[in-house]
Amino acid sequence: MNEQAGLAGRRAALVGRARVVRAARAWFEGEGFLEVETPARVRAPGQEIHLDAIPSGAGGAGEARWLVTSPEYHMKRLLGAGFERIVQIGKAWRAGEVGPHHQPEFLIAEWYRAGAPLAAIADDCEALVRVAARAAGVDLVGDPGRVPAPPGARSGGQSPPPLDLSRPFERTTVRDALERHAQLELDGRESVAELAAKARAAGVDVSGRTSWDDVFFQVWLDRVEPHLGRGRPAFVFDWPAPLGALARRKTDDPGFVERFELYANGLELANAFGELTDAGEQRARFVAESATRARLDKAVYELDEKLLAALPHMVPTSGVALGLDRLVMLVLGATDIRDVVAFADHEV
Amino acid sequence: MYDTSDIRKGLKIMIDGTPYTVVEFQFVKPGKGAAFTRTKMKNLLSGGVIERNLRSGDKLEPADVETKTMQYLYQEADSYVFMDTTTYDQVNIVSATIGESKDFMPENINVEVLFFNGRAVGVTLPNFIEQAIVSTEPGFKGDTSTGATKPAKISTGAQVNVPLFINVGDVVRIDTRTGEYLERLSRA
Repeated sequence: MNEQAGLAGRRAALVGRARVVRAARAWFEGEGFLEVETPARVRAPGQEIHLDAIPSGAGGAGEARWLVTSPEYHMKRLLGAGFERIVQIGKAWRAGEVGPHHQPEFLIAEWYRAGAPLAAIADDCEALVRVAARAAGVDLVGDPGRVPAPPGARSGGQSPPPLDLSRPFERTTVRDALERHAQLELDGRESVAELAAKARAAGVDVSGRTSWDDVFFQVWLDRVEPHLGRGRPAFVFDWPAPLGALARRKTDDPGFVERFELYANGLELANAFGELTDAGEQRARFVAESATRARLDKAVYELDEKLLAALPHMVPTSGVALGLDRLVMLVLGATDIRDVVAFADHEV
Repeated sequence: MYDTSDIRKGLKIMIDGTPYTVVEFQFVKPGKGAAFTRTKMKNLLSGGVIERNLRSGDKLEPADVETKTMQYLYQEADSYVFMDTTTYDQVNIVSATIGESKDFMPENINVEVLFFNGRAVGVTLPNFIEQAIVSTEPGFKGDTSTGATKPAKISTGAQVNVPLFINVGDVVRIDTRTGEYLERLSRA
């Protein structure tokens, strides 16, 4: 197929995409959010072990700059200065991520509510998915309020099932999902060896998995994830502390952190944290992550001292990053992210 | 050794001592974890499909398998004799390995033979074959009911349901995967 025909064939998806993004912006404005833009080229792109930033030359002082993997750090500096409801809709970049649900350059919606509990962010996500569905022309009022399955697979993959948005989204926890789908009881304080033993007892092959998160995600992918959000979106709350990243511990259950992921029809749509504001604990996590990055021969970024300095000024805050390309996929019934962008990475 | 970055459709790898071919794969990154590749693989011996979630960097043992185009020559006791169409080497393959494929494997047809560690382990027929009908009851003149069929035999002895207008000597096209009649190519 020549380029003109290929691009012309994407018109409907691009129209849908534009409507979803426009409706999302309007919804945030209606909720009293201030839309902000923070730098795309940064000194500290995000310490997470499994995210790799794309280099972007040098900054004014000759220091290394990177494209952001998410706008989180700079947005938290705004929160530390007293901004209460902020949203950013912009591009983020993650090296090496290519697949039906991944592109190295993608559109992220990231927002924070100062002083709000994590459940308020889940309510936002739920509202936003419905806003997007309406914008894409899905009738939520009529019976039964479903995103229809697309006619045949768009990209050679399987068609997703119809999605029921008329009912409240499911809300579950990591612990309940593991117990239900993997018959594994988690308390969040297991050592790697203890977790691996539980995984083997549940019949999951974890040979070759040596870190806590690798053992966990082998079980998660093999047993749990395929069941999440099928036909109806599902929030999975309360992630185990070793997968805490920038989330604060639950006060009533320190084996787990204030974090949720939103799943819908096989898509991981959003990741949210009750934000960690303890600069001491955040520094310790950054240092540990840097050490792991160094051990794995990954690029080691500078510690974001300006972020650490801002954290003590933040009130308890909840925030989330949501993949807008995936939200568009969901409401258009697309199975491949390359079907909802004008130019995929390999078409540049 | 392969690793997960080598995964593509058709890659032949060993899992627990059995050769598999990759039929589908997808890059996934669960919940801020490491990259995995969801991989659907077909057992080349049994045809069964399994799914494995391989972590990025996992090593995979290549399977020593190859397919060769071979011509089926004739049956010899409980085995079938095939000839490599490029080297003219001949091999005998036992009936059990060929299985139900023999129903639609007329003499002189070219097939794909799968070798594992140098041993023939499977035969794949072309999706369609063209065969003359060797026996069937004559059709009834004037019968206009649509969709009505009758049994007919081809040279391999396999029975195929054909429309009533088909006669002995007609050449028909058959789908070897379903055993179904598709169309008449020429009349007797």
